[in-house]
Formats: sequence, structure tokens, C-alpha cells
Amino acid sequence: MSLASESAELASPLRGDVAYAEPSMAGVGDYLALLKPRVMSLVVFTALVGMAVAPDHLHPVLTLFALICIAVGAGAAGALNMWYDADIDAMMTRTATRPVPSGRVRPGEALAFGIVLAGFAVTFLGLMINWLAAGLLAFTIFFYAVVYTMWLKRWTPQNIVIGGAAGAFPPMIGWAAATGGIGLESILLFLTVFFWTPPHFWALSLYSVEEYRRAGVPMLPVVAGPEETRRQILIYSVLLAPIGALPWLLGYAGIAYGLTAVAGGLLMIALSWQLHRSPDKSAAKRLFGVSILYLFVLFAALLVERAAGLQQTGLPFGRVFS
Amino acid sequence: MSLVMDQEPIEPGIVLTEEQKRRRRARSIAIALALGVFVALVYAVTLVKGPGVLIRPL
Repeated sequence: MSLASESAELASPLRGDVAYAEPSMAGVGDYLALLKPRVMSLVVFTALVGMAVAPDHLHPVLTLFALICIAVGAGAAGALNMWYDADIDAMMTRTATRPVPSGRVRPGEALAFGIVLAGFAVTFLGLMINWLAAGLLAFTIFFYAVVYTMWLKRWTPQNIVIGGAAGAFPPMIGWAAATGGIGLESILLFLTVFFWTPPHFWALSLYSVEEYRRAGVPMLPVVAGPEETRRQILIYSVLLAPIGALPWLLGYAGIAYGLTAVAGGLLMIALSWQLHRSPDKSAAKRLFGVSILYLFVLFAALLVERAAGLQQTGLPFGRVFS
Repeated sequence: MSLVMDQEPIEPGIVLTEEQKRRRRARSIAIALALGVFVALVYAVTLVKGPGVLIRPL
């Protein structure tokens, strides 16, 4: 055998009879979209509030580093969600243009992207900040990508209730990053986001019910019907209002937060009641929009109070737990 | 027969379009920027935490 024929044999995988992988058409924007930037911004904001209200504080550089790790971890969870849910996303108008179902990013690329980012985020949060925060971040990614996305979402109408825990962990991660522990106040912030999730998502699912039905996702309006969903939205809003006010009632927040929480909670109840009584899409859209504003204003009030040093004003019963 | 005659014609392999080249270049620049930011951040953290940056109670 000549040298040339030997080398040609070695190079056989590069011949035309072997199918080549299609070159990636993914742009930078597609990879950024995989990170679910809007969800990520809410995660960063609530984690920042968790850090700000904690009794201990990190150096600003460490705060920035921790927030970036938390943001990247949340983005990784989003990428893993988009990898697994590509079949569902392709059937829904709202999600059909996402990078994987539209074909711009291959599933394997999204999976690798998510795993690598998750590994980096958890490892460096642990090495540079602390391992409790890193453990909570790892659990949050696992909970969102595996428990919610792979299991709950396609199995039960309680998917977003239980899965809502994944979105509720970031303030607790922020608190853990700052203190190295888990305090009652961080649990209250967790509970606020946890009980906020059902009215928020079910309001969205009420006006996207046909899409969820077509995709075979057992959202509550698909399985139990819109009337039962509106009833459950009202129940969760009634639970959310006092839970949102607990940081003030237990003495962890000031009067500005207290008034915001009471007013916001009453508004959520009023809009849920309105949706319960007059079931139309505009009422559901209004509740969905106001729910985003409610959570943002509530957490912003905590942040502003802490920045202005007003958190100790107007305690109704004094601090219950020190 | 010469060496050249023995050799089978080699396929050109994957030929990227201009758009694919442009996107690959954009991805490469983004990765470079992200790595640069990451290195700068880790360096800043080591400055804040001092030489014992990785020494901590578990």
C-alpha cells in the first residue's frame, strides 16, 4: 500500500459518504435568548433584595460576583428548560420562535450550553462565596430543569404551584450568599414569591388555554376548566396578601413596605375577585400585568427601605424573632 | 502508477456560507468577551479576598 492510499484510508471519515453535522446557524442573540433574560432579570432582582435585607453584607465586588453566578445559574436552568421543552414550545405561538424549536440552535447545543453554565455558576459561587448558596443554586437549577420541566409540567395541573419553588429560591440564595445561613426573613421572601406564582401563571394560562391544550400541557384551565382556575387564583391571592405583609408584621420591614404590601395585596385580591366574577381575557391580562408590578414594587420597597435605613420604622408588634 | 493517482479525490468537507462565517465569528467574539469578563471578575475577587481566597470553612 502506498503512503497516499494509506493516508486516504485514514482520512475516510472525511469523505462524502459520511453525513456531516450541519454547521450551526446560531447567533449570539440566540444564545442570549436561551438564558431567558426576562426571567433572569427577576431572579437577579429578588436575589439582590435577599442580599440587601440580610444582616450581613458582602463586599460590593463579591456581591456583583455572586449576582452574576446566580444570574448565570438561572440562565442555565432556562437553557435546559428550552432544550427539553422544544417539542412543546414548537406548538405554542408564544414560544415557537425560541431558538431551539425554530431550528437556529440545535438541541445538543442548548443542552451543552446549559450544563456548562450551570457547572460554572455553582462551582464558582461555592469557591468564591460559600457552599450553602452554591448548594441552593444547584438545587434550584435541578428543581427547575428536572423536577418542574421534565416531570411536573407534563404530569400535573399543580405543575406551576410546586414548580414555583424554583422561582422562589433566588432571594434565599442571595441571603445565604450574604450570611452563610438561612434566616426567617429569607423564608418569608421565599413564601411571598411561592404564593405569588399561581395567580401570576394561571392568569397567563387563562388567555393561552387553547395553546396549552394543543401542546398537551396539563395546565389547570385545561384540566379543571377556567372557572376552577379563577377560583384557585382568588384563593391564592387571598393567601398571598397577608404573606406578603408578613415581613412588616413580624418586624423585618418598615411602614413603607407594610403599606405597599397591604395596598398591593388588596389590589391583587380585587383583580382576582373581578376575574372570578367577570371571566374575560382582558381581566386575566390585567391581573397578569399587575402581578408582575406587585412583586417588583414589593421587593423594591424592601430595597429602598434598606437603602434609606427605614426598615426599623413603624413596627406594629416589634421584631418577633431576633 | 504514481502516488497521486492512488489517492482518492477528497471531498471539500463542510464549506460555510458567508452568513455562517459571520455568525461563527460573532460567537467567537462573544466567548472571548465572556471569558475576559470572567477572568477580570475572578481577579477582582482575589484582590478583595486576599491570598486565602479559596480557604474557607465548609
